Amino acid sequence: MDFIGAYSWPNLRYLLQGFWITVQVAGLSIIFSFIIGTVLGTVRYTKTPFLSKTTAFLVDIIRNLPLLLIIFFIGMVLPQTGIRIPTFWAAVVGLSIFEGAMIAEIVRSGLVSVDKGQIEAARASGLSYMQTLRHVILPLALRRMSPPMVSQFISLIKDTSLAVIISLPELMRNVQILSGSSYSYVIPALVFASLLYFTLNYLLSIIAKRLEARQI
Amino acid sequence: MTLWDFNILVEHWDQFMAGLGQTILASLLGLIGSLVLGTFIAIMRIAPFRVLKAIGTIYVEFIRNIPLLVVVFFFFLGLPALGIPVDPFTSGTLGLMVYTAAFIAEAIRAGIQAVPSGQSEAARSSGLSYIQNMRYIILPQAVKIVLPAIGNQLINLVKNSSVLGVIAGLDLMYYADLINLSTFKGIPVYTFVALFYLLLTVPLSLAVHYMERRFARSN
Repeated sequence: MDFIGAYSWPNLRYLLQGFWITVQVAGLSIIFSFIIGTVLGTVRYTKTPFLSKTTAFLVDIIRNLPLLLIIFFIGMVLPQTGIRIPTFWAAVVGLSIFEGAMIAEIVRSGLVSVDKGQIEAARASGLSYMQTLRHVILPLALRRMSPPMVSQFISLIKDTSLAVIISLPELMRNVQILSGSSYSYVIPALVFASLLYFTLNYLLSIIAKRLEARQI
Repeated sequence: MTLWDFNILVEHWDQFMAGLGQTILASLLGLIGSLVLGTFIAIMRIAPFRVLKAIGTIYVEFIRNIPLLVVVFFFFLGLPALGIPVDPFTSGTLGLMVYTAAFIAEAIRAGIQAVPSGQSEAARSSGLSYIQNMRYIILPQAVKIVLPAIGNQLINLVKNSSVLGVIAGLDLMYYADLINLSTFKGIPVYTFVALFYLLLTVPLSLAVHYMERRFARSN
């Protein structure tokens, strides 16, 4: 093991470049999966005929598949049919679909947990169903779902590492390549990568705990 | 290229089954290993010794905040770098055990701590021994929280075992890659692979859902 040699500036810069891609993929996927999850979760909650059942079916299927399979399918299998998506966006699309399905369930159970009395009161004061949903149910539910949602975003950040399967030059891919250049780099590179992931996720988990504490 | 090319399934049946077998094996070994390790860590976390508690907490917090793939690479790349040879399947399964143990430990700890302390105190003051208290009062109540959580971890293990595909660990994803490369019919190949995963995860999900409802009603 050669920590000093392994932590030369070019090596560290290489790993940090990977981490920057990781952060970009994670950031975009968080935004997209939040939008997808909120829409799908709300649709499933509203019990719209046909639409809710279809959404429930799709969400349950996606949640029960390995994310690795989804990313590989989008990045490596779809091109066989002529649908070519750049590697970066293949990772973002795969993550957004999978984590979106996860968040849809968080949103749905948050909506279900809203007190029926609140809904009845809103309806009785003359709000339409859409107004009730928009101004009463969603804001109340959103507060309750924020801790599990932050936990899901931590999972998302960890899951970006699965993009090694489509050779996206994110942090784990660069660890893999650096490890290939010398045996003595393997453990130092893995330690550095773990610390980067840990720091980012631990900060988020502290936020999640704060949010949870505020509930009570 | 069609979605349902059953010739692919028939011609490569042996490879699909070999992969499915290894995926199941890795998940089950992962479950057993992480249950053993996770129980140990949970005990450390609720033990009245500061050092043990700290070790347990650091383990859980560290592992839960890094990707599974990092843990697997510590075994798959790290051990050979230290001169210890290890095959991909073993390193992948060890990674699954170490990673999942952190989540199982949290589930067990949460389950035990969810039982109100008044229950223990009442049991002990009515003359039950510590073991009797655990056996008849605490564990039967903790199980209602712990069992569905462990079920969820088994579902995650099945899905997470796909990382074996990244390190050529002979699982479904690995064999799918072989079949895909030899036939170049990725769409049907991976559709069947998805079906095989669903065959494992959907019944498990339904079982966990059923357990959660049963236990919720019995409260």
